[in-house]
Amino acid sequence: MNGRRRPRPVSRTLVYAALAGFSLFCVFPLLWQIRSSLMTAREIFTLPPSLLPAVPQWNNYLELFRQVPFGRYFLNTLLIVVVNICGALLSNTVVAYAFARIRFVGRSIMYGLCLATLMLPQTVTMIPLFIEWKLLHGINTYAPLTVLAFFGNAFYIFLLHQFFKTIPTEFDEAAFMDGLNHLQVIRTIIAPMCKPALAVVAIFTFLASWNDFMGPFLYINDQSKFTLSLGMKYLISGYSVFGQWQILMAASVLIVLPVALLFFFMQRYFIRGLTMGGLKG
Amino acid sequence: MNGKGTRSAPRRGGRSHFLRRYNNFWGWLLITPVVTGLTLWVAFPLGLSLVTSFTRWDLITRPIFIGFKNYIDMFTSDALFWQAVVVTVYYTAAGVSLQVVVALGTALLLNARVKGMKLFRTLFYIPSLVPVIVSSALWMWIYNPQFGLFNILLTWIGLSPQKWVFGTQTVIPSLILMSIWGIGNVIIVFLAGLQDIPRELMEAVEIDGGNAFHRFRAIILPLMSPIILYNVVIGIINGFQTFTQPYIMTNGGPANASLFYVLHLYRQAFMFSKMGYASAMAWFVFIATAVISVFIFRTSVRWVFYQGEHRS
Repeated sequence: MNGRRRPRPVSRTLVYAALAGFSLFCVFPLLWQIRSSLMTAREIFTLPPSLLPAVPQWNNYLELFRQVPFGRYFLNTLLIVVVNICGALLSNTVVAYAFARIRFVGRSIMYGLCLATLMLPQTVTMIPLFIEWKLLHGINTYAPLTVLAFFGNAFYIFLLHQFFKTIPTEFDEAAFMDGLNHLQVIRTIIAPMCKPALAVVAIFTFLASWNDFMGPFLYINDQSKFTLSLGMKYLISGYSVFGQWQILMAASVLIVLPVALLFFFMQRYFIRGLTMGGLKG
Repeated sequence: MNGKGTRSAPRRGGRSHFLRRYNNFWGWLLITPVVTGLTLWVAFPLGLSLVTSFTRWDLITRPIFIGFKNYIDMFTSDALFWQAVVVTVYYTAAGVSLQVVVALGTALLLNARVKGMKLFRTLFYIPSLVPVIVSSALWMWIYNPQFGLFNILLTWIGLSPQKWVFGTQTVIPSLILMSIWGIGNVIIVFLAGLQDIPRELMEAVEIDGGNAFHRFRAIILPLMSPIILYNVVIGIINGFQTFTQPYIMTNGGPANASLFYVLHLYRQAFMFSKMGYASAMAWFVFIATAVISVFIFRTSVRWVFYQGEHRS
């Protein structure tokens, strides 16, 4: 483990071997997924199995769209994601600004209460929220999947709070002299200076709502309103029985692809969000 | 919470009274979303759920007040309840310990000035981006007894194939293995923590004649302990809420060997319409989580080291 002064070749080799092994464990299942999505139904169930498809069956992807309205699911999910991102950016910026930069009565208590919800298991609010949405006639609409974003999220408030605190107060003091109010200060000074932090919030909101299964699963029944994860669930319940694994794997690849692309282009923000959100110290 | 470094509007002579009211007004105005949210989506549901837990309610007819009957039934006449508790505690305890050890170990290796650190980091992180519904499908396929990747590999190297999620003994270890696949985010958090450790501290140990183990014991572990603590608590909270993987992959089987707590709760609520009973279950896991978290935080003063703190 020590590579500083006395590089020991044997232990170095072991380090690389361990890292390579774990990489293989992380990556191989995903490669297996792509490989399986490109095989024929016969090929996938042949023993001994082949590592690669003889001829890549791109047709599986078309077949997926023929069997289920996958494009529809995609658009539905995209709609929910976009609304969630807007809600998260609006609410969390304003709230985190107030907690970080305005001194008002009850601030510490409210901030503490807000952070305490980080520890609240979703399980305990699952049933009452369902009842609540039933009373509000929100079942089978996107309201339960989007409205909550507009009320702020403890994790993002904490993240932005940490960021906002680092901005010197001279900036907004000058703005106050010019007669701007707090909302105008957020819009003209804080938000433009904190674009990276806001990007982190947007990305993690995207991830959370793109990947969400429990929400759509509890609230959406109508197939035309399915999200990708819900569509995937119905594919699984049908296909794992009938053995159309290649179609299922094709759907998996397509669901992961946008997330993977986003990650490759915005890797910096992912890492920043993780390390800031990890409550260091 | 943080008196320093936060702003109030500029103080100008005798107008401080006005400023205080101005700041109170704006402060509360801007946190309105959170105040409303905490009321509507946290406090009210918690209260509703507590009240519901003392009733028999199918959401169609009126709820009937039955006192503590749900709680008593839960502890005395529902054998599957205890099965669910055992399964969930087993998965969470074994899973979280293993996750912390593997994540910390991997982060230490990555921190040993290896070439290609960023590439490794990326490879480790990608699985944690995969939606749980997709990873459930993928791992069902990987665990397929006949055509799955793992049994193919086992057969290749001459070992006997395993039942994986289809065996009562192997289902929970298999789900834990799958959870290890997705700990890239924890690795990144740990790695960032390791990179924050000042070089001088490590070198001080070396000057004193310490080896890698001493470094780990005296410097790395104490400085990393707050991050470890946080991840253990979050890991436990998440572990107790495991639902999608068993629901999709095993539906609680075989022979209820993967009947997780939330899966049992979900069935009570949404298959048998026992909202009262399910709410009682929800409150039990809520209280259990809170008690365990408080216990961990309380005992943590003995092993968690906060910088700037002096201990004798």
